[in-house]
Amino acid sequence: MLYREAGQFKATYAEDQRIFPIRQDRIAIALILVFFFVLVPAFANQYWLQAILVPVLIFSLAAIGLNILTGYAGQLSLGSAAFMAVGAFAAYNFMLRVPGMPILVAFVLGGLCAAGVGILFGLPSLRIKGFYLAVATLAAQFFVVWALTKFPWFSNNSSSGVISAQQVKILGYAFVSPESKYLLTLAVVTVLALAAKNLVRSSIGRSWMAIRDMDVAAEVIGFRPMRTKLSAFAISSFYCGVAGALYAYTYLGTVEPEGFNLDMSFKILFMIIIGGVGSILGSFLGAAFIVLLPIFLNISMHVLGDAVPKGLASNLELIVFGGLIIFFLIVEPHGLARLWQIGKEKLRLWPFPH
Amino acid sequence: MKLKQSALIGLAVAAALGTAAVQAADQYVGLPSYRVGPYAAGGSGIFGGMIDYFQLVNARDGGINGVKLIWEECETEYNNARGVECWERMKKGGPTGNTVFHPLSTGITYSVIEKAPADKIPVISLGYGRTDASDGRIFPYIFPLLTNYWSQNTAKIKFIGAKEGGMDKLKGKKIVNIYHDSAYGKETIPVLDAQAKMYGFTVKHIPVAHPGNEQQSQWLQVRQDKPDWVILRGWGVMNPTALKAAAKIGFPRDKIVGVWWSGAEEDTIPAGSAAKGYISAGFNVAGTNYPVIKDIEKHVVAKNKSNMEDKSRIGSVYYNRGVVHGIITVEAIRKAQEKYGKGKSITGEQMRWGIENLNIDAALLKKLGAEGFMPPLKMSCANHEGSGLVKFQQWDGDKWKVLTDWIESDQKLVRGMVEESAAKYAKEKNITPRDCSKEG
Repeated sequence: MLYREAGQFKATYAEDQRIFPIRQDRIAIALILVFFFVLVPAFANQYWLQAILVPVLIFSLAAIGLNILTGYAGQLSLGSAAFMAVGAFAAYNFMLRVPGMPILVAFVLGGLCAAGVGILFGLPSLRIKGFYLAVATLAAQFFVVWALTKFPWFSNNSSSGVISAQQVKILGYAFVSPESKYLLTLAVVTVLALAAKNLVRSSIGRSWMAIRDMDVAAEVIGFRPMRTKLSAFAISSFYCGVAGALYAYTYLGTVEPEGFNLDMSFKILFMIIIGGVGSILGSFLGAAFIVLLPIFLNISMHVLGDAVPKGLASNLELIVFGGLIIFFLIVEPHGLARLWQIGKEKLRLWPFPH
Repeated sequence: MKLKQSALIGLAVAAALGTAAVQAADQYVGLPSYRVGPYAAGGSGIFGGMIDYFQLVNARDGGINGVKLIWEECETEYNNARGVECWERMKKGGPTGNTVFHPLSTGITYSVIEKAPADKIPVISLGYGRTDASDGRIFPYIFPLLTNYWSQNTAKIKFIGAKEGGMDKLKGKKIVNIYHDSAYGKETIPVLDAQAKMYGFTVKHIPVAHPGNEQQSQWLQVRQDKPDWVILRGWGVMNPTALKAAAKIGFPRDKIVGVWWSGAEEDTIPAGSAAKGYISAGFNVAGTNYPVIKDIEKHVVAKNKSNMEDKSRIGSVYYNRGVVHGIITVEAIRKAQEKYGKGKSITGEQMRWGIENLNIDAALLKKLGAEGFMPPLKMSCANHEGSGLVKFQQWDGDKWKVLTDWIESDQKLVRGMVEESAAKYAKEKNITPRDCSKEG
């Protein structure tokens, strides 16, 4: 009833090619954007902005990056955190070494550096597939962290290897307050997410999916595997790189290479598995799930108070977290995004299912 | 009559809400603890000791001038992002916000360095953290208390020198620094290099990747280099692994000197007999033979209020270090109350003054029952380190035995490097150093 698309005709090519072809979707997206851009900064407190929403947004962006590579182009990668590290350290060095560098340009350059590294470590994908490729990207993970620690130039000779991000300033306005940092993150993530949504239905996105579904057939019908796979690596790493720069500049403020370890790469991989492989919406849902659930569990354990010893409570959190991941994967192996899709189909028929 | 009645009802409600209800005269401390992961042994021991000391102060003294301590834990898993989440979650807790933040992780300390002055909550990084934050003019809210890594390191070289029979004997000696490849592990490299130049020994830095349960190649390098001494800068599971690897290649354990994060029972017991003879630094000692620990046993443990699940760990190095954390926190609150009103809850900003003017001298240590348990401490506006004293202890296969008295570190060298490094940070961040002569 509410979600009926009957009567929505596409009369022009422009209407046919919209990102959101259904009117209800467009209204929902507009409402969501208004909610996050206007209402949230007006009413949310610093804790929600700084400790919950910003990391969710940043990890959503990284998850979109990995989803492009794994979900759309079918190349398994375990190096997402490394590409984030490249983005963060590159943005830092551009800001440090180029006087008057605008921060948004530094983010883009950081992303481009990550894209370059991504292409380099994507080269083996031309020869190896599946789990073997995952091992090759694992090399990226360890190499990047090692290189950033090994060469003090990257961290401006900081004795501990920690970089502390410069102040974020755009057109003379300093982004210091949590609201402004949140809005900056949200703006970057929104733009890039819409771009990704568009990208995956463009010719390049279709070529990724062709390669993912069967690379020999794709090659036969004229897709060049090298260009397609490397473009997926480049764009995926670009997204991760920008996410890494945001992680350093609008979230933590100081980062060390060790912070971008394998655990983080796994976390991003879990995000897309839980959220939905091959879905932009799934990247957001997965990131929210993986970032928020442990915090929620930690807070809810406080309800138990002193009844449970603290050490046991901390371990229980992990057990419950792992249990929930398994539960969701059994109930819906295609991720949270698929749940939403099923809901959407049900809503279309409601209240008259046949 | 009516007033009395409503007051009684109010009291009953407050009593019903129990500890969860925050009364006006409570002092809230948010604890970013970690009880899972590779470093859980450190986290559970230190936070357990700290909480037990808080319990002791509440039970024995009725709080600090009547102000009860309340606290809340927040699991960080030793992860920087989770630590920041805890900072944000707990900063508004209690009647006056979070009093003080003990990150117990060098990484989390770095992550909150810029948040501390903005939110006006002091950060105590007791024996870890950012070394150059010892310059209080540039880092007003950061307190790397007691002894920072660089000081500790100079004391260690002094100890090695004494073992060799004088500092001049260090010339031509070879020292290998095996470090945890993280911000924490790398912190001492510049000071070691500076000292190598000063005393004419050679130093080689060998990194071990987190978490450090694989060290064969590193110790193979040690075997090839045949150093006179090995400095172990490990943390968590890396330590017993290193000791076992050293035993395997036959490197004498009494030539390995660890930092205090490599010197607890949790580091040596898993290594078994391989740990015997191993030496480590410490700013607190192990054992239950101190009045303060005896008091905890009497007022907290005997009443079954102890935070420790494994009671045998009471008196261990980590537990006692937690008690040191507790003593310093409580004494700083007491000091701040002296200025801002006894019996009142103090704010983070007032706590900062309290820490900065803290003076735990020998007389006070004796009163607290912690004589010889921790070094005396005297803070100032410029000096956020306060002590710089280190003891050395040796594992005899069964327990830690104290080898030395408090050894003084080379403050002349360290302070110069601290000020230089802090000035570089101030320039990068556009901070104008405070004028300490104007601070009251």
